[in-house]
Amino acid sequence: MSQTGPLTDDGLVQLLTPTGERTPHPELDARVAHLDADALRAMYRDMVLVRRFDTEATSLQRQGELALFAQSLGQEAAQIGSAHAMTARDHVFPSYREHGVAHARGVDMADVLRLFRGVDHGGWDPVAHGFHLYTLVIGSHTLHATGYAMGLQRDGLVGTGDAERDSAVVVYFGDGATAQGDVNEALVFAAVNNAPVVFFCQNNQWAISEPTTKQARVPLADRGPGFGVPSVRVDGNDVLATYAVTQWALERARSGGGPTFVEAFTYRMGAHTTSDDPTRYRSSAEEEYWRRRDPIDRLRLHLEQVGELPAEFVAQVADDADRLGERIRTEVRAMGRPSPASMFDHVYATPHSVVDAERAWFERYEASFDAGSTSEGSHR
Amino acid sequence: MSTSTQTRPTDPAGGGTSGTQRLTFAKAINLGLRRALESDPKVLLMGEDIGRLGGVFRVTDGLQKDFGEDRVVDTPLAESGIVGTAIGLALRGYRPVCEIQFDGFIFPAYDQITTQLSKMHYRSKGRLTLPVVIRVPYGGGIGAVEHHSESPEVLFAHTAGLRVVSPSSPVEAYRMIQQAVASPDPVLFFEPKGRYWEKGDVDLDAAPDGPLLDKARIVRPGTDVTLVAHGPTVQTALKAAETAAAEGTSIEVVDLRALSPLDTATVAESVRRTGRCVVVHEAPVLYGTGAEVAARITEECFYHLQSPVLRVGGFHAPYPVAKIEHDYLPGLDRVLDAVERALAF
Ligand SMILES: Cc1ncc(C[n+]2csc(CCOP(=O)(O)OP(=O)(O)O)c2C)c(N)n1
Repeated sequence: MSQTGPLTDDGLVQLLTPTGERTPHPELDARVAHLDADALRAMYRDMVLVRRFDTEATSLQRQGELALFAQSLGQEAAQIGSAHAMTARDHVFPSYREHGVAHARGVDMADVLRLFRGVDHGGWDPVAHGFHLYTLVIGSHTLHATGYAMGLQRDGLVGTGDAERDSAVVVYFGDGATAQGDVNEALVFAAVNNAPVVFFCQNNQWAISEPTTKQARVPLADRGPGFGVPSVRVDGNDVLATYAVTQWALERARSGGGPTFVEAFTYRMGAHTTSDDPTRYRSSAEEEYWRRRDPIDRLRLHLEQVGELPAEFVAQVADDADRLGERIRTEVRAMGRPSPASMFDHVYATPHSVVDAERAWFERYEASFDAGSTSEGSHR
Repeated sequence: MSTSTQTRPTDPAGGGTSGTQRLTFAKAINLGLRRALESDPKVLLMGEDIGRLGGVFRVTDGLQKDFGEDRVVDTPLAESGIVGTAIGLALRGYRPVCEIQFDGFIFPAYDQITTQLSKMHYRSKGRLTLPVVIRVPYGGGIGAVEHHSESPEVLFAHTAGLRVVSPSSPVEAYRMIQQAVASPDPVLFFEPKGRYWEKGDVDLDAAPDGPLLDKARIVRPGTDVTLVAHGPTVQTALKAAETAAAEGTSIEVVDLRALSPLDTATVAESVRRTGRCVVVHEAPVLYGTGAEVAARITEECFYHLQSPVLRVGGFHAPYPVAKIEHDYLPGLDRVLDAVERALAF
């Protein structure tokens, strides 16, 4: 693997060129051979929907409906490709911008916004979707993922040879996260336990204002082997390649082959979050360069070239995206403020006298305002 | 290593770095750091995004441009790494000022702070000093998502070997940050992020009146009740005092400034005069600052007290979602309610 600058993408596994031509790959071709036009169109649809979700959520934030939002703009291929390679039995640990993966795991996109609206710390059932809650503390969840994978091993769900049983874990994190101690410890634990976990690093090249060179002096994928974890560097804007590589890594994990480190080299086309101003630290030329390697355009061009993108389908997807946008707008605006006393719910799984006493005090205190009906404009 | 240090660069945004200026809290810290960088070449800043971006709150805005990348260092995204390497730099004679991006992200560094930074001077029998400052934007009320609004100051005040302080106004912030950098002890410098945009007059040249990191101060004199606060709740306490004054109650407001050391003497002196004490902070009440102040005041002023020392603060629940955070935080009404209860005894 060569040491590459941020504007080049040599040394990456690629199955589709930026202009949509299919490039042959000796090992991975077999892994995508079963993907028919319907499967590719499903990926295209998911990417378009997620992008609409990003656009809608960003404007909701601008209108004051969300406190904050972190777009996945530009990272659709990394997320949708990898998510399509999973089975329902696999378990995902996301960080906080894996909206595409959430969508592919059947999480309602409106629920994803509960966290960003400030009405919920989670928003979906992590067990039902095999998709853990978002983790805001950088890197913590790579250890949770590894532990979960160690649990799968103990439960006899790894390497059984039964495709209906074998399971694995995928954990998503950014390039900045690779500097955290937790991530390095997770790699150590995964390696020595041969845990069935895929470390999926979306190298979107920026950790807020810091370029990847502030986190590492080698391509991030080069870290894996030092821990005894094989690694792959894949073109993160190529949905076929991210699919193939993840499928390969997952199969290794499920069959007892152990962990893999995947570096999906991509680009964060938007700001870090809606409170960030990327013009302070990166050039519009760089943004323009990446706009021309858009992951959705790439698959669209490919489908057009092979004559598998009928106009009706494109129109239908655009229509679906519009409806998703509308639904999200309506549902987010309707998300009510939780009852204040709900802050005392679920602090513990069993009764706790301090919480109970504080809740009782709080409710009496609230009621005293209702009695005097002077709570309007009060600053409790 | 380049030596790109300039002496006394003028601030491009404001009218130089002297005289009295009306500054935001954030800008006051910025100028305090600028002063510290100018006056001691061994001072260096380190943290995530503090360089070109100027920090997510822009507290370090423009400093890398003027002092260079060796003195205003964008670190890898690793808090344990930031504090751990700051310890090493301090052992080598530097005075690192670390920025932790948000309160909730100090925990990856908790081990380095509590097991190493706090104890090195003690273990070496005074042969080693660690003049490290750790700046932590903390506290709530800004509508943020989880881990961005917490008040973990007591966790550090509980550890011997660390000084824990929190300024409550721009002028205090400007002076206290300079004293923190000059301190040979490690200082946890908790910045009330909800106040970053509030403005105040700062005399940039006046010498600070005494050792600010050790002494509480009476911010507003009064006779009926002593309200004790620090950091973000000082303004709340002052508002409560104003409101109460309109109804004929005279509240004395004490700004603790430091949680470690805790200046019990100043609080006790006030309580001996007023006979009543209410402590306000954003952090949970259980085992919090209020508990410590109440215990000490009870011990020292028992015969002067006309009511029990009362506490107002956060609940024993994780910091809640933004939409209901104002029900969690001690606001004006809850403070006045406690004052009333104290007066009713
Ligand atoms: C432990 C910790 N430190 C700091 C932060 C503040 N922070 C949030 S996102 C971020 C940058 C993350 O960059 P990267 O890991 O590359 O992921 P990306 O956001 O680019 O997807 C930082 C510093 C945090 N959330 N957690």
